[in-house]
Amino acid sequence: MDQAQAHLADIPDEFEGDYPIRVRGLVNRFDEHTIHDGLDLDVKRGEIIGVVGGSGTGKSVLMRSIIGLQIPQEGSIEVLGRSITDARDDEDIDIRSQWGVLFQGGALFSTLTVAENVEVPLREFYPEISDDLRHEIARYKVLLSGLPANATSKYPSELSGGMKKRAGLARALALDPELLFLDEPTAGLDPIGAAAFDNLIRSLQETLGLTVFLITHDLDTLYEICDRVAVLADKKVIAVGTIPELLALDHPWIQEYFNGPRGRAAKDAQDREAASVVQPDQKTATSPMEQE
Amino acid sequence: MRSAARDALVAPVIFPHEAGCMRALADFTIEPGQGADGGVLHFSGPMVVSSLGLVDRRLRKLSDPVAQIDVRDVERMDTVGAWTVWRLSQQLGAEIVNCRDEAERLIKAISETDTNNESIRAPRLPLIKRVPDEVGTLVIALAVGFLQVVGFLGQAISAAGMILRHPRRFRGLALVHQMELVGVNALGIVGLMSFLVGVVIAQQGAVQLQQFGAEIYTINLVGRLTLRELGILMTAIMVAGRSGSAFAAQLGTMKLTEEVDAMRTIGVSPTEALVLPRIIATMIMLPLLGIYSSVLGIIGGAFLGAVSLGIPFLTFLARIQEVVPIHDVWVGLVKGPVFGLIVALAGCYQGMQVKTNAEEVGTRTTSAVVLAIFTVIVLDAFFAVFFTKIGWG
Ligand SMILES: Nc1ncnc2c1ncn2[C@@H]1O[C@H](COP(=O)(O)OP(=O)(O)OP(=O)(O)O)[C@@H](O)[C@H]1O
Ligand SMILES: [Mg+2]
Repeated sequence: MDQAQAHLADIPDEFEGDYPIRVRGLVNRFDEHTIHDGLDLDVKRGEIIGVVGGSGTGKSVLMRSIIGLQIPQEGSIEVLGRSITDARDDEDIDIRSQWGVLFQGGALFSTLTVAENVEVPLREFYPEISDDLRHEIARYKVLLSGLPANATSKYPSELSGGMKKRAGLARALALDPELLFLDEPTAGLDPIGAAAFDNLIRSLQETLGLTVFLITHDLDTLYEICDRVAVLADKKVIAVGTIPELLALDHPWIQEYFNGPRGRAAKDAQDREAASVVQPDQKTATSPMEQE
Repeated sequence: MRSAARDALVAPVIFPHEAGCMRALADFTIEPGQGADGGVLHFSGPMVVSSLGLVDRRLRKLSDPVAQIDVRDVERMDTVGAWTVWRLSQQLGAEIVNCRDEAERLIKAISETDTNNESIRAPRLPLIKRVPDEVGTLVIALAVGFLQVVGFLGQAISAAGMILRHPRRFRGLALVHQMELVGVNALGIVGLMSFLVGVVIAQQGAVQLQQFGAEIYTINLVGRLTLRELGILMTAIMVAGRSGSAFAAQLGTMKLTEEVDAMRTIGVSPTEALVLPRIIATMIMLPLLGIYSSVLGIIGGAFLGAVSLGIPFLTFLARIQEVVPIHDVWVGLVKGPVFGLIVALAGCYQGMQVKTNAEEVGTRTTSAVVLAIFTVIVLDAFFAVFFTKIGWG
């Protein structure tokens, strides 16, 4: 038994490119209302890219376009080497087992319990997995996402807002996908929970080599775990880079975003943490900036 | 050195939707140990979610003594791989060796979730208890449901009383909007249906009555039947299907998305703003639609009369005035608002009862329609007896 085995199409090894997500000249319009106008974005393999922008600038629409839920008027989108924009129907997008998506509203299946929600993708893609293993996988995924064990048998209507987020994350992680799309994962979580969430994403990214497309308004998350940040404004991605790189630009929105009171508080917190690197077991807090 | 692979020749089961594809599977071999020490289990290949399904089934049946689990030859590991290794080490009491850094971290993270073995399934009673349990729940739900409907009606009436005292709070626009949805938008379908039913009644009636040479009584048949019974009954059924279901689905979805709760916190009473306009609109529109339906039924009958019975169209209509007593119109008009109340009440009540999920919206909508139609038909039978008794036969 060695690597000389053939690979199934849904195993990513064949993909050699450095950019699991490439967006070129994206144009999205609702009636006459243009959301994106010639938007370009490249996401590098293995990075956590933060996507920021004011409310309503089209972050969620961008994510929906990338995963093929929103058909753009113009432009091309490639994910893991497959063209999303050329796909004629859902069947053409055969890389769904390699990505996990957490929607802004959770989007849990309301008729299924949390555990059953997590089991859906497993059942769909890997029917050979025995019931026992599937239950166990669902169980540890739920626990890993920070929910208590007794939440597994609850229905979404019985969960709090933050618990729904976590359950949604558990489902997004069900297949250990190599691409993770997260739409505001820490919105609605308590600060301790949000920090734990950040750590979880970071450690998963480090151990599994995930590529994470992370939409967020949470400055702490940006500072803590994002390798690069893409700024959405004026219907385009106006800048992509590490936070220090972005700070060097003198775009008014970027300056206000990172140098406003909240931005500075998050930066101070980050600096304090960097200064006290004596805690050896805080491996997940490695600063993205130090890696560059 | 590896021993001969156990089970290595067992062909993997090909599941239908992946036929034709091959994927790298995980595998393991067991190197027997000396004496009672137990052997070494070597894993190989990728240990990821796509490769482990079949191997896991074999691992679960394993009973050989194993002291060490060697993961040196594992190419890739994800959390499912980590879980498999960890679970196996617990099952066999073995030690995990030759673990790379990342794999070790994964296994550690996974092992931290494995604190207690509480089931993830909701507890389920055994069959012998479950059946009586569910029957009991059903009976109680029936009784409670009946009380709740009465309570709901009471709420609607008290809200109506409230509005009578404070007419400014009345939502005229909502009422007009609902009247349009329930009444005006139904004109087409109700009209077509009634016309065709009128044609059918006249045709079938004429066939039977001709045997006595009494086909002129087709006019009585069509006139009385549509005005008294069919016009209003068919309309009620159509409105239950069109609007009763819409009420249940709309209000149910609003309950799910917490819109109803939001209204309440703003100080808007959902009964006043949502339920009352719907009930009143239906109570007003149903008798009107019923009369309209009867008229079109008669026109349908007259049309058939003109085409195949040789009764001129206008003569047919003129005869209707002579043979149909005016109380038949009143019978239809009295039943209208009652049926309207039932249809709207069933729809709104079921909608407002939605609590949990999308499926409930569906089942509640179904019961709204079924209950409404059933109750309407039962009541119609009572009305028939009642009106005959009071001399409106
Ligand atoms: N289905 C739709 N029909 C019409 N317009 C839409 C639709 N979906 C989104 N939009 C518009 O597209 C714009 C971008 O929406 P989007 O949800 O992407 O915002 P966002 O950047 O994710 O904001 P937030 O940070 O608040 O989540 C908004 O102006 C919105 O009105
Ligand atoms: Mg959004």
